[in-house]
Amino acid sequence: MRFVVLIKQVPDTSEVKIDPKTGNLIRTGVPTILNPEDRHALEAAIRLKGGDDEVVAMTMGPTQSVDVLTEAMGMGADRGCLLSDRFFAGADTWATSYTLGKAIQSLGDFDLVLCGRQAIDGDTAQIGPQVAEHLGVPQVTYVNDLRLEDGRLIARRDLGDRVEEVETPLPALVTVLASLNEPRFPDLKRLLAACEESANIQVLDAADIGVMADKSGLRGSYTRVVETFSPKKGRETEQIEGSPVEMADRLIGILRDKKVL
Amino acid sequence: MAIWIVEENCKGCGLCVKACPYGGVEVEDELARLTDRCTSCGACIDSCNLEAIGSDLEDETAPDFSDYRDVWVFTEQSGDRLHPVSLELLGEATRLAGVKGHRVHAVLVGHDVDRFTAELILHGADVVHVARHPELEHYRTLPYTRALAGMVLDHKPEVFLMGATPLGRDLAPRLSRRLDLGLTADCTELRIDRDTGGLWQTRPAFGGNIMATILSHKSRPQMATVRPGVMAALPADPSRTGEVIEHPVDLEPGDLVARILSQSRAEKQAVDLASARIVVAGGHGMGSEEGFRKLFDLADVIGAEVGGTRIPVEEGWLPPERQIGQTGQAVHPELYFAFGISGAIQHRAGITGSRYIVAVNRDPQAPIFEVADYAMIGDVHKIVPALIEAAGREG
Repeated sequence: MRFVVLIKQVPDTSEVKIDPKTGNLIRTGVPTILNPEDRHALEAAIRLKGGDDEVVAMTMGPTQSVDVLTEAMGMGADRGCLLSDRFFAGADTWATSYTLGKAIQSLGDFDLVLCGRQAIDGDTAQIGPQVAEHLGVPQVTYVNDLRLEDGRLIARRDLGDRVEEVETPLPALVTVLASLNEPRFPDLKRLLAACEESANIQVLDAADIGVMADKSGLRGSYTRVVETFSPKKGRETEQIEGSPVEMADRLIGILRDKKVL
Repeated sequence: MAIWIVEENCKGCGLCVKACPYGGVEVEDELARLTDRCTSCGACIDSCNLEAIGSDLEDETAPDFSDYRDVWVFTEQSGDRLHPVSLELLGEATRLAGVKGHRVHAVLVGHDVDRFTAELILHGADVVHVARHPELEHYRTLPYTRALAGMVLDHKPEVFLMGATPLGRDLAPRLSRRLDLGLTADCTELRIDRDTGGLWQTRPAFGGNIMATILSHKSRPQMATVRPGVMAALPADPSRTGEVIEHPVDLEPGDLVARILSQSRAEKQAVDLASARIVVAGGHGMGSEEGFRKLFDLADVIGAEVGGTRIPVEEGWLPPERQIGQTGQAVHPELYFAFGISGAIQHRAGITGSRYIVAVNRDPQAPIFEVADYAMIGDVHKIVPALIEAAGREG
């Protein structure tokens, strides 16, 4: 069987700081990491893998994204695919899912595609379902438990207000939650091997996977970012001073006057 | 397809640096310079007043969208009632449709769904489209996608909205990809351009650190999911009337390959912070589970729900269903208390809909004070008990 795990290198958004003077985002020096939920998808694939099976880690991005493939192979992925081409830049989720979908199809047969529910930089959760649609396979999102039985996938998914157990034939695509498993740390020997030049990491460009430039990247996108701005602040702040008891009394008085208490 | 800096025009003003969502441009020695993070997206071009950014990006001529009209809302059910976001979306759709004098359509997909049509009309739907089929009784991605795709192709809505619920976030991307439509996730603000019909879709991005406004420039309907708890539902108007249209549903065998083996209501008790009138929230500064117990005491006295930021949830002081912010729930209460919350932007993004915000923090520099109406600098462990005491006294 072949498991394909879609992973992404993302800025560690919890490390992002705001310039206290200008209110602007400080973007420099933000470390990049393997998207947290993708790590759980990798762990799931590695646990499902049997003797003759293959786990392929795949990412799209600039050349430095190879780092997440190295990490994936350190955890136990058999090989990595880096989709990198200037035509891929500026892609929205439609164009990204098109490129990933074409790349998965270029591998030949596959049985299960796994990815995290969403990436922490975009938070859209759109790539999983959109790749599934491209591939024409069923999707099971928000998976927190899964197993393969007689060539079928049985998964438990958490939809917030309810939990479902579903069964679907393969090939299929799942998006996973962090509660699915406890990812292993990369194995040092594997990690070092993955850093070697001989490591089994392919770099594929648009031509390699048969992607049309006008369907990928910015040109292939169905959405455009037309403006970005800092989230608005700006309320008139009234400072309440005094001892804790004085502050509490004043505040409760004000809130009662405003009829919110 | 590329972007470049026209060096003789550039004065190094840095406007492009602010406009760039990716950190793809920086200023060095009074000259802008593209970094390897530039994706040629073009967001910087309009920010430059000096024509110092060159580009060979083509202006795409917009296709003719003149036969697309009206605002559609996918209405979601939760158990045996409508999900609250469905009525919130109808409220927002009514506002958007009003700009162009368009109508509001609600889509109901399921089996035994007639009981909801009246409620949808009272809350703003001019037309209710019903797709009814025994196989649609429980939500499954593929049959629902089939049913919706047919309706959208037949009726050509200009705007199609869904709730950014787990269900909506499963269904919307599948549908958008099948119909080759642009889709914007988790919008917190929408506005419509009266002339072009363009839907300006604003959402938090980059972990909530920036807001991005997105347009679907080459496809209709313009699809967006909208965060629950952000838009306002309209009160039921008993004088409203509407039309109900039944749609035949033709499912294919391939739509039915996934089977639901079992379904159970979530074990965790749903905490409905989104509709709470008063929310008492704590952050890292509460220090412990014991600290949060005091917040529950305060909440009891003033009739509030308790929420918190990411850290107390990760520390186990508070269950995850009580998390507020970018990755948790958005809230829009009359009154919001932030105790020991520094106010990371991810959290602030989830509370901006609050009418009054009270912030209590030891650190006078805490960013939470920027969004507070009432600021108290001090120790939460002293102020919370004092508030319990003061609120417990007769006013």
